[in-house]
Amino acid sequence: MQPLAEAVRPWLDREPWRVAGIRQESRDTVSLELEPPAGCTFSFLPGQFNMLYAFGVGEVPISVSGDPATVGPVLHTIRDVGAVTHALCTLQPGQQVGVRGPYGTHWPMAEAEGGDVLVLAGGVGLPPLRPAIYHLLAHRQRYRRIALLYGARTPGDLLFPGELAAWRGRFDLYVQVTVDAAAEDWRGDVGVVPDFIGLAPFDPATTTAFVVGPEVMILFTVRALIRAGLRDEQIFLSTERNMQCATGMCGHCQLGPFLVCRDGPVFCYRPLAPWLRRREA
Amino acid sequence: MIVRDDLDQLLGAIARRGFRLIGPTVRDGAIVYDDISSSADLPAGWTDEQDGGTYRLRRRDDDALFGYAVGPQSWKRYLFPPTSVVWRSGQDRAAAEAEAEAGPPMAFIGVRSCELRAIAIQDRVFLGGQHVDPVYAGRREGAFLVAVNCGTAGGTCFCVSMDAGPKAESGFDLALTELMDGGRHEFLAEAGTGRGADVLSEVTSRPAGRPDTQAADLVTERTAASMGRQLDTGGIKNLLYDNFEHPLWDDVASRCLTCGNCTMVCPTCFCFSITDVNDLTGTQAEQQRSWDSCFTMDHSYVHGGSVRASSRSRYRQWMTHKLATWIDQFGTSGCVGCGRCITWCPVGIDITEEAAAIRASDGKAGGDNRGHA
Amino acid sequence: MDTLEHELRNHPFLGDLSPAYLTLLAGCAANVHFPAGAFLFREGTPADQCFLLRKGKVALEIAAGGRGPLIIQTVAAGEVTGFSWLLEPHLWQFDGRVIEPVSAVALDGRCLRAKCEDDPRLGFELMRRFATLATGRLQSARLRLLDVYGTAHATSR
Repeated sequence: MQPLAEAVRPWLDREPWRVAGIRQESRDTVSLELEPPAGCTFSFLPGQFNMLYAFGVGEVPISVSGDPATVGPVLHTIRDVGAVTHALCTLQPGQQVGVRGPYGTHWPMAEAEGGDVLVLAGGVGLPPLRPAIYHLLAHRQRYRRIALLYGARTPGDLLFPGELAAWRGRFDLYVQVTVDAAAEDWRGDVGVVPDFIGLAPFDPATTTAFVVGPEVMILFTVRALIRAGLRDEQIFLSTERNMQCATGMCGHCQLGPFLVCRDGPVFCYRPLAPWLRRREA
Repeated sequence: MIVRDDLDQLLGAIARRGFRLIGPTVRDGAIVYDDISSSADLPAGWTDEQDGGTYRLRRRDDDALFGYAVGPQSWKRYLFPPTSVVWRSGQDRAAAEAEAEAGPPMAFIGVRSCELRAIAIQDRVFLGGQHVDPVYAGRREGAFLVAVNCGTAGGTCFCVSMDAGPKAESGFDLALTELMDGGRHEFLAEAGTGRGADVLSEVTSRPAGRPDTQAADLVTERTAASMGRQLDTGGIKNLLYDNFEHPLWDDVASRCLTCGNCTMVCPTCFCFSITDVNDLTGTQAEQQRSWDSCFTMDHSYVHGGSVRASSRSRYRQWMTHKLATWIDQFGTSGCVGCGRCITWCPVGIDITEEAAAIRASDGKAGGDNRGHA
Repeated sequence: MDTLEHELRNHPFLGDLSPAYLTLLAGCAANVHFPAGAFLFREGTPADQCFLLRKGKVALEIAAGGRGPLIIQTVAAGEVTGFSWLLEPHLWQFDGRVIEPVSAVALDGRCLRAKCEDDPRLGFELMRRFATLATGRLQSARLRLLDVYGTAHATSR
């Protein structure tokens, strides 16, 4: 049978998956646990995404946000921002979703071995990084120091707070969480992710950084990483463009010479840098 | 060698093999591709006058069947239809159907070298990557291509600059060169595939001699020497990358209507959008695909707005994609030098002029005032 | 005096000043401790101190009108509360509330300003450090001003 990524027509080419569970992660973000149909084996690499199809409504690219090593329902974390994501966020257990994938490039987990790793996430940038964090922790001895810096708008927007607390409790992981602003009952930090790079434990010479968030946040964060001594080629980011086909054919996701669905969404900052700096590229 | 009057034997031999014949014909003051049944449908004695924003048909003083350059459409209209239903289904997949059959396999009569190159370029996009597009594949597979070597260069043609013609080199089942020297009206026919040779064997013909092949070469040379435009492609990728903020783009933006005509007539433009439709009960869904254009605001939409909002950025995207980023994306230029974008632009923007202007003032940061007619 | 110099040297903000300057500044310094919930300073009151945090965490917050206090910045160990002491009108811009018990070196503002007037070289060194702090806070505030996590700008994945 063709790999699932070859199935370019949702619903038609392959049986839909079923919603096995739903979790309200925050006011506007839902995680769907999707169960593949019998006989379908699915695996993905951290950073890749699936195209999820809501029957009759449309298809959107959603990063796989679960543990790449587990078998069983596949986790996708979706923010409700439009017609399709709204349809997906309001699905009930047992309902069907068209799934095809995985598509795109992945985080350089192997290349980062032997050095320090900085994971920097802003807002809904954490779900695409979560599989990478699971991988780092599952193979902890292959990496030196690991630091997670995560920023959100307000405490109520923080995703996976229970997991963050558990991670923070580990001795082999540095976790810094921050919010843009908070009410007086917040005992955590207030500031933006770039503010905390200076305090994180890493050796710039041997660090690999993974950055995901709104493009402005990525730009500020990358700037701060370079000021802290990282070179362009040590920084990886996941970027977003209008992806409709996910197969490199519809032309919408172009970012200069790159097709984000095919050459990304994970990119090394170095080749991407000139294009990110060009306005309206 | 086939005489003009026996050309219908060729068309008949192809039709007998179950192909739907599609070829050039005159309609609405232009030469368009449509279903044809015999050589009588071909634009005998017609030629086209093309220039920036200008297209006119004019009568020739002979009966040449292919004595024109290219019309507004290209074969992309048939291989990659402007709209199509990709699939439809109820919630119960049992009744799901793929897009309705494309019909019988198609035979394209009169494919120019630039068009062969354009088809090869679209093959790379739709078939040659990691994924295959079923709509394009269904139509492309088995299509029979009868090429024609151009006897006339169009007013906006520059296939020589793009190394895409005027002689058809490969990718055809048959290639014809129309010879009308010395009062004759014959076609030098060359088979490019086994099935092409097969078809040829059913047509009355005589072997081509040296004078015939020389006459054919002369036709091609004459066409190559009379191109309407030219474009220097030396280092063009980096030229455009390095001049991303050149003032020229503002200049073009003041003229460009972002109407998207260029993307519709261009034989290689492949952008499409997907629309999901359901019926009133919400139990039947359909996925439709239609041509899109990078000139639309929606094309680059992400949250918060479009990445390319200004007309300046959208023209720049189209031209830079066609001549530069296409090379990084797919390994070749996206342009075949057919000149359609120049002819069919309502304000006559000329991609060859724009490229030359950038080259002439490469690296200029500010103040570049090119006069325009 | 010696321990204060030692603490100044160990604090990232001024630690790389010359030993002579550190001795000089120790003359303006005092060790302070605050329990959780206490206020280091209140908005609108004279800003006559600069706090170099050694331990703990401080929330910079503002309460206005009907809105409860909103925290706009937290300052942690190794950082400095601010620069209101340095420039006119020498008034605190925010409340500084202790979240986690604080141990800090407090530098007297008037004392520091006098020493800077006497030695412009020292003044320049301090001004440079505080300018860097201020621009860092400005960039942080600008990024938040853009409200990138708001609905209009967030990623959809």
